[in-house]
Amino acid sequence: MRKGARRMSETVSSGLPAHAERHHVGHGPELRHHFEEAEQQHEASTLGMWVFLATEILFFGGLFTAYTIYRSFYLPGFEAGSRLLDVKAGAANTAVLIGSSFTMASAVHAAQTGKRKLLVTCLILTMILGCVFLGIKYTEYAEHWHEFQVPGLHWDSAATFFKNAPNGSVELFFCFYFFMTGLHAVHMIIGLGIMTVMLILSWRGRFAEKYFSPIEISGLYWHFVDIIWIFLFPLLYLIGGRYQ
Amino acid sequence: MTGHVVSMRLYLMIFIALLALTALTTAVAYVDLGEMNTVVALLIAVIKMSLVVLFFMHVKYSSGLIRVVVLAGFFWLAIMLTFTLADELTRGWTGNPHGWGPAISSSQKP
Repeated sequence: MRKGARRMSETVSSGLPAHAERHHVGHGPELRHHFEEAEQQHEASTLGMWVFLATEILFFGGLFTAYTIYRSFYLPGFEAGSRLLDVKAGAANTAVLIGSSFTMASAVHAAQTGKRKLLVTCLILTMILGCVFLGIKYTEYAEHWHEFQVPGLHWDSAATFFKNAPNGSVELFFCFYFFMTGLHAVHMIIGLGIMTVMLILSWRGRFAEKYFSPIEISGLYWHFVDIIWIFLFPLLYLIGGRYQ
Repeated sequence: MTGHVVSMRLYLMIFIALLALTALTTAVAYVDLGEMNTVVALLIAVIKMSLVVLFFMHVKYSSGLIRVVVLAGFFWLAIMLTFTLADELTRGWTGNPHGWGPAISSSQKP
């Protein structure tokens, strides 16, 4: 290992002994000593985040697979359940999340170009939009509770009866609805926590043109959560035969 | 210095495209296309995802290594979906093998 690292460091040397160059010259404290250069450190952070996101794809993927299978088994029940959801709220939330992804991307841009005030503003906007999303989601959940559409806790078979849907199939749809949107909402809450940390660090001026990896990889997480919703919205709200 | 700086203009264009596609997918849901409703909805979702991944998540400007990891994530998801569906959706294609009792045929999908 050490030999390999040594050899790599020598390839980028500029006359100085590799050892001296590695430890002192020409970079701030943000470059950790086990990396040769900022570029490599940034690449390693990004790669690590993508490996994590690959596990997240499969984490949500299990739910998406189960949803697909049970939807094919109980199509009438899933379509009936889907029509009980509020499309306007779902579409509004999609727009809100896309907006937050835009402000997040702008935050990365601000960090890359060293604009601290813009960075802080963009992070605050991202967090506000994240909270708006959770607020709209909360009103939807409250409505489902009010309408006896929460399986296991507050469910009324008579209130959700559909003559074409087999017994329990609408309930099954709502189980998927709550698990999928609930898991997504948990990710949103974690994302807001990450954004809070990023906001504090940005406020203190920790990021600049040379060092913005934490903003970039927090952004990757935020965009990933947005992508999950991009699929949840049509699968849960839209493809249940809205035209009927 | 590190990484590619994407212009705000491009971010704004992607943002508007994503909003337009959201409006489109919502509108199409109210038109009866039969089974194509699901296909169109998923197609639009995949386009939206691609825009987010390529531009907001900078994969378009990333190294080959990162692209491979991104593709690996989706590839494994595809394995999970394909193999599971290949089992579930083809169970009715053939009759039960000789000697299998009615208990099995009656437990086929409801």
